[in-house]
Amino acid sequence: MAVTLVLPFAARLIGVRAFYLAALPPLAACVWALSQWGRLADGGAVEEQVEWVPALGLTLGLRLDGFGFLMVGLVAGIGVLVFVYARAYFHDGDPITGRFAATLLAFSGAMFGLVLSDNLMALFLFWELTSITSFLLIGTKDDKAEARSGALQALLITGMGGLAMLGGFILLGEAAGTYSMSAILADPPSGAVVDWALVLVLIGALSKSAQAPFHSWLPNAMNAPTPVSAYLHSATMVKAGVYLVARFSPAFAEAGPWRPIVVTAGLVSMLIGGYRALRQHDIKLVLAYGTISQLGLMMVLFGVGTPEATFAGCALLVAHGIFKAALFMIVGVVDHQTHTRDLRQLHGLGRAWPVVAATTGVVAASMAGLPPLLGFIAKEEALYGLEKTGFAWSGWLLAGVVVGSALTVAYSARFLWGTFGPSESPSDEVAPTPGRLFMAPAALLALLTVAFGLFPAPVDHTVAHAYDALWGELPERHLALWHGFKLALLLSVVAIAAGVLLFVWRERVERLQSRVPALPSAQGGYERSLRGALSGAGVLTGVVQSGSLPIYLGVILTTLIVVPGAALWGSATSTELWLADSPLQVVIGAVMIVCAIAAARVTRRISAVLLVGAVGYGMAALFEVQGAPDLAITQLLIETLGVVFFVLVFRHLPDRFPRKELRGSQFPRVLVAVASGVFIFVFTLVVVGARTEPSISSEFIERAVPEGGGNNVVNVILVDFRGFDTMGEITVLAVAALGVAAIVRANRRGEVDGTHDPSTKVDEVVER
Amino acid sequence: MSRRSVILDVCVRAEFHTLLLVSLYLLFAGHNQPGGGFAGGLVASAAFCLLFVSGGEPAVQRVLRVRPTTFLGLGLLAAIGTGMVSMLLGDEFLESAILKATLPVIGQVKGSSVLFFDIGVYLVVLGMVLLLLEQLGTTDGIDHADEEVPS
Repeated sequence: MAVTLVLPFAARLIGVRAFYLAALPPLAACVWALSQWGRLADGGAVEEQVEWVPALGLTLGLRLDGFGFLMVGLVAGIGVLVFVYARAYFHDGDPITGRFAATLLAFSGAMFGLVLSDNLMALFLFWELTSITSFLLIGTKDDKAEARSGALQALLITGMGGLAMLGGFILLGEAAGTYSMSAILADPPSGAVVDWALVLVLIGALSKSAQAPFHSWLPNAMNAPTPVSAYLHSATMVKAGVYLVARFSPAFAEAGPWRPIVVTAGLVSMLIGGYRALRQHDIKLVLAYGTISQLGLMMVLFGVGTPEATFAGCALLVAHGIFKAALFMIVGVVDHQTHTRDLRQLHGLGRAWPVVAATTGVVAASMAGLPPLLGFIAKEEALYGLEKTGFAWSGWLLAGVVVGSALTVAYSARFLWGTFGPSESPSDEVAPTPGRLFMAPAALLALLTVAFGLFPAPVDHTVAHAYDALWGELPERHLALWHGFKLALLLSVVAIAAGVLLFVWRERVERLQSRVPALPSAQGGYERSLRGALSGAGVLTGVVQSGSLPIYLGVILTTLIVVPGAALWGSATSTELWLADSPLQVVIGAVMIVCAIAAARVTRRISAVLLVGAVGYGMAALFEVQGAPDLAITQLLIETLGVVFFVLVFRHLPDRFPRKELRGSQFPRVLVAVASGVFIFVFTLVVVGARTEPSISSEFIERAVPEGGGNNVVNVILVDFRGFDTMGEITVLAVAALGVAAIVRANRRGEVDGTHDPSTKVDEVVER
Repeated sequence: MSRRSVILDVCVRAEFHTLLLVSLYLLFAGHNQPGGGFAGGLVASAAFCLLFVSGGEPAVQRVLRVRPTTFLGLGLLAAIGTGMVSMLLGDEFLESAILKATLPVIGQVKGSSVLFFDIGVYLVVLGMVLLLLEQLGTTDGIDHADEEVPS
């Protein structure tokens, strides 16, 4: 965390090399996780409890188990590579470098917290932190309108999901009696409340992982710089939802709404994502929709909640993290060197950049699920896992996944061919070859996807222990290239063949797609609901804030009369009354009464204000007589300043109140005025005799010196016992002052422009 | 300000600094005697009001080179800061601590950490009144605030 704070300054000093500094914490996390491997290998978990906010019962329970290790490996490993990559992506002197590196590292930290926290509240906090850092990172280029709206969309959708999830967590935590995730999962509660809680949690998970119908934010998030897309929007953050589903699935898959929601959303996302990916011309969008599709498959695998499918899901998590991050990095390279991402304009890169093209070929093939790569192994496992679920509907599911896989093959080919294949309009102009450092991270990932394909043992170990953490036993199955002639292999072949056909007939497919009427898109839904919320708020404001001072006052006074008045009506008891405690009170009272009556009678505004001020002074005198000097001082000063301000405002108004005959339309006002007067009178009488509980003032007086350290009880109450209230009050005061200043200034602008006549305007407002 | 009253001018000149002193007294004495940040802030505001009535906005600006909003911000910062410090030290938000110090000449001084909170209240009140004076007080309909050279 300290590094995050230092980064913006470091970047100013050492430029883009600050990214190396930023890569250190993830590297350290990597090393730390590996050092714990020995303990994890025995099926144990590393736990650490940190008291965080003891007053709220929040503990920062961190827990590293096999599945956590897998996620940490993804977050940290890809994190290091992304920082190295960002070093080459940005240039020295770019003013945003420091901010960007710091935010990216902050995200990295939040993501660690997310996959490590055991307490649901802590998990939620980190979850929201990743949403916020994602918002900041998408909006890195804040001078671009698309970047801003994309950032906002991501924040709104994932934030909405996060809130739903918080509600779900609270219901779940209350039902289970604990907020510790491991405790809840070990002994899952059940019932109707839990079902609703799960629905809410799933809304959070699906929106975070960009699943239908919440997927619309992910394509727009592609406005972020490519390191962000490679890190957040393919390899890590969008997997948070998958992570949560994976954690909850073994315990809750049997619960009513779980399988229908997760499996449907996942399958629909897989198909929609694949279909849309075939329509895109921006290669980054091809990948974005491809990510939605792949995340859909992961959702299906974990959501089904059977051991074999979970095993496959873990394998796919690793495989996808590796190949998708590499592909995004390559997109960044292409974009950076050629300044376009449109695959209709890219051409001839294959011949110019053979190494890049070969790297891309390998990772794209892994995405398509071709042997002998890691992607193939994961896809095999997925098909096998879904074949073995034993549900009546698993055949349909399998068919859907095969169609999705075919689409994946097709868009992988489209991506590769469109970027590096020969073009119809070749030109001699060739973009400069990317630097070695720029390509190194992607090349390393490509190497890994080959190596792990041929020798899957390391991944197998990791996945096995992740599986162990979720299901409590080591799997019988192992990752391997060759499992024999089984149904899964056959389905793989079918999917690949269909995908190749789709690619070969791509022109026909495109024509078909353009003829299909546009589906109701999630983007449209998002825009409509956003517009609806805004216009709804506008209408509501128009109704509530009519702009008429008399109506505001009328509403406030009527509420005052009706609400406590109704309570008084039934319970009013007669009170023992006495005239006065001292003759001084009688004199002051008489003066106040005279002034009040006079204030209502005079015709000059200034006189009225002065008379009202005199009533206030009288009140202050009464306070003093009663032995409340603090109240008296404050009242006196407030009255003085009040009069000053009234005078300042009234300078702009005519000297005298307009004389008007009493009209029928004024009747309601008279009624409200008289009623409030009577109400206050009765209320005061009743309140004097209504006390049933002992006064709290004696307690405050006792506590004032020992706890507050002051003899002035009023002041101790204000700044200590009720300090929080005072804090709020002065904040309101400051905001109100700024508001008044803004209104006055706005009015004055109008005057200078000559848009309206100041005196009539103020008159209208006051007299209406 | 077309007509200026000499009597008012002289009185204000005599009273202004005394009033400010009184306001500071109220602020510091507030914890044990009548007064406090709110009352102190009001007295200081009243002093500036007097200055404004006698000499208009130029008179206020001669004495005060700081923008009213600065007072608002500083005040809120002081109040929140007091709370945060006590929280960082492991207490509740705004938990008060009693501080004792021995100063040369004056001798032992006892104070509460909430004094800083009270200072915040004082500044906010003063800032609010100054801001309103500035905004409501101008007569010629031209916004002086915009003409100032940003510093």
